[in-house]
Amino acid sequence: MAGRSRSARRRLSAALWRRPWLRGVALLLPPLAWMLIFYLAALAVLFVSAFWSIDSFTGKLTHVWTWTNFDTIIHDPTYRQIAFRTIWMAAAVTLTDALIAFPFAYYMARVATPRLRTILFVIVLLPLWSSYLARIYAWRLILNHDGALNWTLGKLGLPQQGWAFTNTAIWIVFSYIWLPFMILPVYAALERIPDSFIEASRDLGGRNWTTFRRVILPLALPGLAAGSIFTFSLTLGDYITPSLVGNVDFIGNVIYRNVLGLTNNLPFAAAYATIPLIVMAVYLILAKRLGAFEAL
Amino acid sequence: MEARATRISLGVWTGLVVLFLWVPLILICVYAFNPSNIQSWPIGGFSTKWFHAAWHNEEARSALILSLKAGVIATAIAVVLGTAAAAAVSRFRFFGRDAVTFLLVLPIALPGVVTGIALNSFFNNNPVHGLPPSLWTIVIGHATFCIVVVYNNVVARLRRTQTSLTEASMDLGADGWQTFRFVTFPVISTALVAGALLAFALSFDEVIVTTFTAGAQNTLPIWILGNLRLGQQLPQVNVVVFFVIVMTVLPVTIAQRLSRDTGILRRR
Repeated sequence: MAGRSRSARRRLSAALWRRPWLRGVALLLPPLAWMLIFYLAALAVLFVSAFWSIDSFTGKLTHVWTWTNFDTIIHDPTYRQIAFRTIWMAAAVTLTDALIAFPFAYYMARVATPRLRTILFVIVLLPLWSSYLARIYAWRLILNHDGALNWTLGKLGLPQQGWAFTNTAIWIVFSYIWLPFMILPVYAALERIPDSFIEASRDLGGRNWTTFRRVILPLALPGLAAGSIFTFSLTLGDYITPSLVGNVDFIGNVIYRNVLGLTNNLPFAAAYATIPLIVMAVYLILAKRLGAFEAL
Repeated sequence: MEARATRISLGVWTGLVVLFLWVPLILICVYAFNPSNIQSWPIGGFSTKWFHAAWHNEEARSALILSLKAGVIATAIAVVLGTAAAAAVSRFRFFGRDAVTFLLVLPIALPGVVTGIALNSFFNNNPVHGLPPSLWTIVIGHATFCIVVVYNNVVARLRRTQTSLTEASMDLGADGWQTFRFVTFPVISTALVAGALLAFALSFDEVIVTTFTAGAQNTLPIWILGNLRLGQQLPQVNVVVFFVIVMTVLPVTIAQRLSRDTGILRRR
């Protein structure tokens, strides 16, 4: 009995070995099916529902094709302003993180000893994975009027700040929580530059600044692009940070309210969600040109 | 190498960034020991009384249980599907291979709110059948973006190992299962565990997508978020947040150690 099942198993494995495509299909089918059914189908339903509308009397979904939602988004100044505010914030956060991350990653990759490099790596990795809400909450406590920052400023004899619940707070917190996502790819890109490239540039008479501008920066660009995908996308899709440390709406807040809040209008939320979707599609195409996908 | 002045200023900058990254995390852990109801700085003493209160908080406890369940099931699904996808992509060349990678990365590359609302509208308004919010709607959402975490870890490991190992095993008369059990699995095991730990940490902490798939259920992050919004039970939130930090930091530290290790194939 045991021998027979063993030989059956053997035949099966031999058959699979002789037909590699069969093995490939068997391996690929389950994950692909999962992603197609639960993710792509969900995105498709989302897209289609953007063209539906809500009956203003009954509050029920009307499955009739209409451009009304997109019309509102384009022509209503409030929604336009919220969209531009979100994209603008995403750009500001991305730039801030790039500026903070670059010297840090440079030190990690090219100055620090291997031992220190490992330690710094863990120092960056842990905040990336540690609780997202905890980190937002920490900043709320820091920026409060009676928080740690004003206490420190007071000890130093400096004037108090009043950033709590302003756009400045949102900008600080976004830059803080997404910073590790920028550091790691930039570090990986810088680490891969061979020393000989830099020596060659010097031998050819390149000063420090020239070497930096013409050798290091172009080679680090895919890393910066890869990091910026995260900082940009995560900022575009976050509605929790603005609601916890700020007092203005971002794209995500409008979507949240229309799906789960009092204004129950899923078609409009779906239409509004196409904005971050389109922005990210354009961004991903640009990033791919810069070689970001090889640096992810 | 770099001039001395450059190196020193880079070092100072690095030190400042380390402080920037860690001071808020340490501060939030200190607040867990704040005896007062008022969350101001400096804290008014040192006490562990809120640990007791948080432990006996029924809401927090059931939220924790839901989070653990969702995390474990989502991780299990992600491990199976992510490993299969990694094996297919690294061992076979086929049309649309890059598209598969792209599809797996998409849930974390697209803004979280898009994934959230997509799943929400799919569960609620799907023309075929509606899925009411349950543990399973949460799990489906989490597994979808956890697959890529396992996939990335395993694919990186498989890229570093040669196919000749499995061929040798087959030549020596092992069947497919034996080859997997005694050759492939030991090679990818540490990458697998590292991927699973990271997937669990991601699931345990996720809130943006979860709010759209959980309905009225509370996972631990949703419980924290609700209390932060309303400004309720903050001393207990401090303790829970402290606990969540520890719960995510531990698996990540272990995963980090494991992914440096290359399983049975030690680096020469």
